[in-house]
This record gives sequence, C-alpha cells and structure tokens, in this order.
Amino acid sequence: MKRIISLTINGRKAEDAISDNTLLIDYLRDQKHLTGAKKGCDGGECGACTVLINGAARPACITLAATCDGAEIETIEGQARGGRLTALQRAFHENLGTQCGFCTPGMILSAEALLRHNPDPDDAEIRTALGSNLCRCTGYTKIIASVKVAAEEMRS
Amino acid sequence: MSEPLPDFRLLRPETLDQALAALAEPGAKPMAGGTDLVVNLRRGLVDAPILVDLSGIAGFATIELSDDGLTIGAGVTLAALAADVGVAARYQAIHDAAEVIAGPGHRAAATVGGNLCLDTRCLYYNQSHWWRKSNDFCLKYRGDTCHVAPKGNRCRAAFSGDLAPALMVFDAIAEIAGPDGRRSLPLAEMYHEDGADYLTLAPGEIVVSVRLPATTANSAYDKIRVRGAVDFPLAGVAIACRDAEGGARSLRLAVTGTNSMPLTIEIADLPAGGDVDQFCADLEKAVQKAVSPQRTTTIQPHYRRLAASALARRLARRLL
Repeated sequence: MKRIISLTINGRKAEDAISDNTLLIDYLRDQKHLTGAKKGCDGGECGACTVLINGAARPACITLAATCDGAEIETIEGQARGGRLTALQRAFHENLGTQCGFCTPGMILSAEALLRHNPDPDDAEIRTALGSNLCRCTGYTKIIASVKVAAEEMRS
Repeated sequence: MSEPLPDFRLLRPETLDQALAALAEPGAKPMAGGTDLVVNLRRGLVDAPILVDLSGIAGFATIELSDDGLTIGAGVTLAALAADVGVAARYQAIHDAAEVIAGPGHRAAATVGGNLCLDTRCLYYNQSHWWRKSNDFCLKYRGDTCHVAPKGNRCRAAFSGDLAPALMVFDAIAEIAGPDGRRSLPLAEMYHEDGADYLTLAPGEIVVSVRLPATTANSAYDKIRVRGAVDFPLAGVAIACRDAEGGARSLRLAVTGTNSMPLTIEIADLPAGGDVDQFCADLEKAVQKAVSPQRTTTIQPHYRRLAASALARRLARRLL
C-alpha cells in the first residue's frame, strides 16, 4: 500500500508518497537524500539512526515513516544554521567527541534532545540520555565531556 | 544486511471502536510504539497482512491518579510514565521499571500496552530468517522443535516485559476491549506459561488500560541485563512492602525474565520483631524455587536464577 505523508523535515514542509512498510531511516536516506542518520545495527540497538521526532530522540530504523505523518523531524543536516555549527557540534569537534564519526549524528541529536529540556545535566543524566547510542571509538569519556562543554556554552 | 520489511497494510484508527473494527479483519495485528514489533517484522517473525497502529487513539494515553487509585492508559509512553511525579511518589516500582526499559529512544515511543503484551524472547527466536532457517526454525514460529528443551512440548521463550511485575505487586487489573465488548482481568491472569502462546487475550482483544487500587506500600523494581541500556532483562524483580496487622510486614513479589510469563511469588509475612536475615534467606530460597530460567539467553540459567534471588534480597532489605 502507498500513502502520502505530510511532515516537516528540518523546518521545511515535505509531502511524499511512501509505502506502508517504509522505514523512516530509508525514507530519509533514500527519498530525501539525508544520509546523516546512519544504518548501524538496523534493529534499534546502536542509535546511529537517531533523529528527533517532535523533539524526542528516536531510532529511525525501527520507526515506520507512515507513523510520522504530521510530525516534525530534525536530522543532523538541519542542525547547523547558515554554515554555523551548533554548540554541540562545535563541542564534539573541539573536544574529540567524534572519531570515525559514524555514531556522531545520533550522539549529537540524543544530546540535543537532552539539553533542550535539561540545560545543566550531570554525568549520570548525560549517560542515561545517551544510553541508546553506541560508540566503538571514543570510550565515551570525551563524548560526555563534549556534551558538558556544549551545555555550559549554551547556558552562558 | 537485514531483510526488507514484508508488505503489509497499516491502518491508523483514531477511536477505540475503529481500532477494534480494524483488528477484526483477518490477520490484523496491533502495533503500539512498534519498538519491538518492527524489529521482529524485519526478522520475518510477524505474519501480519494488516498492522493496526494504536498510537493515535483518542484518550488512550492518559494517567489518572486519585485517592482511589491509579489508571494508566495503554497508550501512555514509557517516557511519560517514567516522568510522572505522582506515579513515582505512590507507586515507586512502576516508576523504577518504566525508567529503565530499553533506552531513551525506545521509551519515547514504546507504550504501557505494548510492554505488557511484549513478545516473548529466545536465543533461537530473535534471529534473522536465514539463521532460524538453518536451524530448522523452532517451536515458537514455523518449526516443530524447541531447541531450548527439545524433549518438551512447549515453547520456553522468556517473557521480558518490565512493567508487568511492577504492576502485579499492586494487584493491577487489566481493562480489555475486544469484539465481544469489554472485560476486566487481574493482570496476572493475562499470561500463560507458554512462550508461543503467552497471552490469554482472545483474537482481536487489546489492553485499554490498567487499574490499580490505592496503596500505602513502599515498592521498588530492579533488574540485571548485559548492557546497562536497551537490553532486555535477564531477570527483573518488583517488590511492594506493606504494614500488616500487629506490626508485621507483608511483601508482594513478582519476577520477569525467567519464565514464559511474569510470576507472582507468595512470601510469608515478616512478623513484628522477626529475624530479617532469616527472612531474606527464606525469600531467596523461595525465589530460586519458583523461577525457571532456561537456555533462552547467552547467560546461563543458573546465573539468572541466582540473580533473581539476589535482586529480591537486595530490594527486600531496602524496603523492610
């Protein structure tokens, strides 16, 4: 079955024909050419596909695109505005929170969702918020440090 | 790479009546947050020409807390349940359980009804199609032998929902709607000890809400898992502790992850001035005797049995 979905992606309206069984990750990557969200485990375990759906960080690989009709989607491509990186993107870059980069879009979006409702998280809160995201390079220490630096910058 | 999703028709009802009508269609299956179901669809474990998305049903996602008790709509997300301060204050075990189910990304979409009806899990079931095919499938789906207990005649897949035990220690009642109308059922009676047929719900029936009486009990839930997030429990224990007559303490205990259904385990009261050490030793023995973990995970059954009893002892010590 095909259907039309209307949604907002990174602030822009979109209207597309999709199949009922289209996953959000495939819709974003293949139809919208937004390849920032990665397919890692393909089963909701690694968080590389994380995008924001109505402000909540969710794994796009286990979300049906049809259930996002009317939703507001944010991907890593929509974070920087006018060529200026967000505080989180800068902090990950400057504090070595990113190495190979595969997990980074998911990490940044999970952290973004956290900082929007908790501007001053402690280590435990950051760890919990990033609990769905796996990184096989950094050992997480620098990721957590990056989130703290970004939070501090956003507060000041 | 994993297989693409099979073809299906997705229906998105806006009312309960529409949902029940949609579920009456041949082969229709309900979907809530889809955080487990979509993974299983991908693995070729769900035979459903029609999926009925319950996430848009009006009035399905409300939490009502009063002096008479608590009613939680089946469509409440785990994130919303974990964030509810009233629930945390009066029904701590439910808060504890909701807060640690899967990961934050799942909890934003996964629901109470979905977690209560969560498919049972097994090393021989939660695998790709080609993996299962090369093992001649299994008793739970498309095969005729249980590879966990080949001589047995039932599926041993483990029930792994965290909310069920946390609700059962408060004697939760499930409100169920189906083609023949509505009915209420003690939540504990919604489950069978059979991994392939673990729910007593009739075809077309869904959980609408769970209702809990008011309580003065202190409660807690804890579990162990391999990874500190996302993973399903190897064993999970909920305990509610109430003051009983004459200064005695009365414990209600329920376990998940060890059997094909969540279990309530009967524990004798701790009399006033009773020996807490002896009580906890007896409690551990009772849990070890009641649970029946099988080779359904990479972690050995013996360890999971001990883990369940150790969790029970820890929680009991905290609450007594």
